[in-house]
Amino acid sequence: MIEVRGLTKRYGETTAVRDLSFDVMPGRVTGFLGPNGAGKTTTMRLILGLDYPDAGAATIDGKQYAHLAYPMREVGALLDARAVHGGRSAYNHLLCLAQTNNLPRRRVGEVLEMVGLTEVARRRTRGFSLGMAQRLGIAATLLGDPKVIMFDEPINGLDPEGILWIRNLMKALAAEGRTVFVSSHLMSEMQNTADYLIVIGRGRLLADCTTEEFITRSSVPTVQVATPQADQLAKAVAKEGGTAVSGDNGTLIVSGLTAGQVGALALEHGVRLEELTVVRASLEEAFMELTTDTVEYRAGAEGAHSQPAGPGRPPQELAGHGRPGSDGRS
Amino acid sequence: MATTTIRQGPVLPAPSGRAGFGGTLRSEFTKIGSVRSTYWTLLMLFAVSVGIGAGISGLSANSWSNTPPADRTPFDATQISLAGLLVLGQLVIVVLGALVLSGEYSTGMIRTSLIAMPRRIVIYAAKAAAFTAVALVVSLVTAFTAFFLGQALLASTHQSATLAGPDVLRAVIGSALYITLCGLFAFAAAAIIRNSAATITAMIGLLFVLPVLVNWTPWHNDLVRWLPSSAARAISATVWNAGPQNAHLFFPWGQFAVLAACTAVVLVVGGILFLKRDA
Repeated sequence: MIEVRGLTKRYGETTAVRDLSFDVMPGRVTGFLGPNGAGKTTTMRLILGLDYPDAGAATIDGKQYAHLAYPMREVGALLDARAVHGGRSAYNHLLCLAQTNNLPRRRVGEVLEMVGLTEVARRRTRGFSLGMAQRLGIAATLLGDPKVIMFDEPINGLDPEGILWIRNLMKALAAEGRTVFVSSHLMSEMQNTADYLIVIGRGRLLADCTTEEFITRSSVPTVQVATPQADQLAKAVAKEGGTAVSGDNGTLIVSGLTAGQVGALALEHGVRLEELTVVRASLEEAFMELTTDTVEYRAGAEGAHSQPAGPGRPPQELAGHGRPGSDGRS
Repeated sequence: MATTTIRQGPVLPAPSGRAGFGGTLRSEFTKIGSVRSTYWTLLMLFAVSVGIGAGISGLSANSWSNTPPADRTPFDATQISLAGLLVLGQLVIVVLGALVLSGEYSTGMIRTSLIAMPRRIVIYAAKAAAFTAVALVVSLVTAFTAFFLGQALLASTHQSATLAGPDVLRAVIGSALYITLCGLFAFAAAAIIRNSAATITAMIGLLFVLPVLVNWTPWHNDLVRWLPSSAARAISATVWNAGPQNAHLFFPWGQFAVLAACTAVVLVVGGILFLKRDA
């Protein structure tokens, strides 16, 4: 498991990660979610010891990454699939990584087979498509048969087939009892893959819960109603304490009332209903909901925001950019 | 398909000890040996050093035979045959030394390397050792080839040297050591600068431009012995009075020690920065 405690990292004036604490448990896919520049890559770099934290610590099974006896047997991490020497063949790239951890040479062939790159093993990686580079990066993470897997935005630039492949791979790795920690700014992707979510925004923890919990907790369920008597129903809803706003194609979006309550209201007022649907919030919407707070705070809007943004924060910091380029994909 | 083949019983032999210098050194040799640019660079080092050494030797032999015996001045046959290695060979090896590290920064490979082996001092030492080994072997082969070919071309002057001659072996081996150290210096500079072009530019400044600038100053006789590049002239000299400035230099190994000390300092500074900075 990965333990992050009070992790803080500043790059000059910008605080990329602020007092971040969370655990990533084995046996499930944990999504690491946040908008671009939220500090996801920085957090992963800190866990892997590529950057040094200003405060706090990250450990893998109780040890700092640099102190692991055989790092590749414990952790397989892919931050940037393009971080390879283009003049080296796929086979030699994996071989030089395997040798640092005294892994047997045969393992290189095995992981190439796993990711389906055997055919191009002797080709220089310069000519690889992003999808092939991504597979090569994943092959490298599997070399040491590690207990912990970390992927930073693994589906970026992949075709649908590649996305499906990675999604199934991550689920399979988690099912084998491994810790799978995968970052993404694509909420929809995490909804399909992650059992558990760590959500950050501007370097702070926003949520740490199951994916389901995240959706139900951070979003108001709504009821979509199609009716020719929209005005009449809207008034009735308002009287009952709900909120009705007009949606697409003359529908009403009702919040604050259940579908049953809306149905009963319609019957009571003689309103003909053509459609009555409970709209389950998607992870995307729940995420927007959560991060709206930070945006509104930046705009200086007053409101009942529970976000612990802290007083007197300079506006430029709220933009929440990581160190330029540290992301590798900005 | 990929998902079903991941675990089939124990995938790896049980680990013992911990990942350390040995494996990382092997890895660094694999890295150096698995990119074509290494072979091109080393081939260029050999061709340029031997070719230019032979050219200068041939021209010297020619002008010697066209000069009346009374006007002939003594010349250092060993040094002449090594001139290509010492002047242009050092430039090539500086490029190779810089690229060993800065190439990883420009491709981003350094992050992949440090994830595989997070103990940075191990990576730094292994890289330095692997480069030094490759550079030394190639430099020695090049130096001896250039020497023998040069002496063959100078044979007509009856001034040519043999390895048994005084200080000749020191000059040939010392020249190989000199360019190896130049490459190691560039490696360490790359750890500080972390950019290929800037590192190579800085090394050209140190080895080619700085001596010229110092030459223009009024104190150049006092300064010249403190330049790292002066080791080239001293270590390759077998006829001490053949070089006009040699009087202001330390004796050969002393002058070589100046370069070695500078390299050591830069290696330590580069190592500390490699350890302390975010990758």
